[in-house]
Amino acid sequence: MLIGLEHYLILSAVLFAIGLYGALAKRNAIVILMSIEIMLSAVNIALVAFSRYVVPTLLTGQVFVIFILVVAAAEAAVGLAIIISLYRNRQTIETTDVDLMKW
Amino acid sequence: MGLTIAFWVLGIIIILGALSVVLLRNVFRAALALILCFVAVAGIFITLSADFLAAVQILVYIGGISILILLAIMLTREVQKGSPTNRLRIPALIVAIIFLGVVTYALVNTPWQISAVPPLEPTTPALADKLLGEGGYILPVEIAASLLLAAILGAIVLVREK
Repeated sequence: MLIGLEHYLILSAVLFAIGLYGALAKRNAIVILMSIEIMLSAVNIALVAFSRYVVPTLLTGQVFVIFILVVAAAEAAVGLAIIISLYRNRQTIETTDVDLMKW
Repeated sequence: MGLTIAFWVLGIIIILGALSVVLLRNVFRAALALILCFVAVAGIFITLSADFLAAVQILVYIGGISILILLAIMLTREVQKGSPTNRLRIPALIVAIIFLGVVTYALVNTPWQISAVPPLEPTTPALADKLLGEGGYILPVEIAASLLLAAILGAIVLVREK
């Protein structure tokens, strides 16, 4: 069976669903951040697959993936800095315990 | 044929790695599974003939983000407590499954316009032309540079000792 665009897109959808479950259901803030990285990777796979199969010579999807990588790196740096300063101030990174702004 | 085998092997590694990130109780092992998942994603990029992106994926994700995550885990000492789920585990599972069903249904039933043109083989010169050349993406590149600078400054300000 030949591998086509649908295979890559379904792989990407499965990966995104796993990341979505992790981001919604986990309590540890670092694991939530890791789930968000998984979701970004899923989107990257979908974009590269579209770029390869729909417009093979234009590379527009790959340019988008480069910008997503930049945003993911910035997000990881700032997110982990927030988590470390949170741990320093409250000695926990459980998201259920951080309810300062909860009504 | 080789491409088919590579796709299935890498796909299974990606799914298993992502599942262990979500399901393992030890946070450190979850981070190591995340690194495995990123390596397999780089392999998937190679099967899609995106060689430059595979190299960048290894450099940025495995060399940068994974190390940052491991450092954060060691700095926060949450390894012993594990990563339990919150009260919304069942609703989150339902949402993820519904999302997967809807997206898969939409993907399978959409008539994609597949192009028969063979892909560019070394993508690096073409990507450089796209990013920095005439009529390319030079403005987003500059904005990305300032975004990275702002992120670095923000991270330093956040973790600095008072």
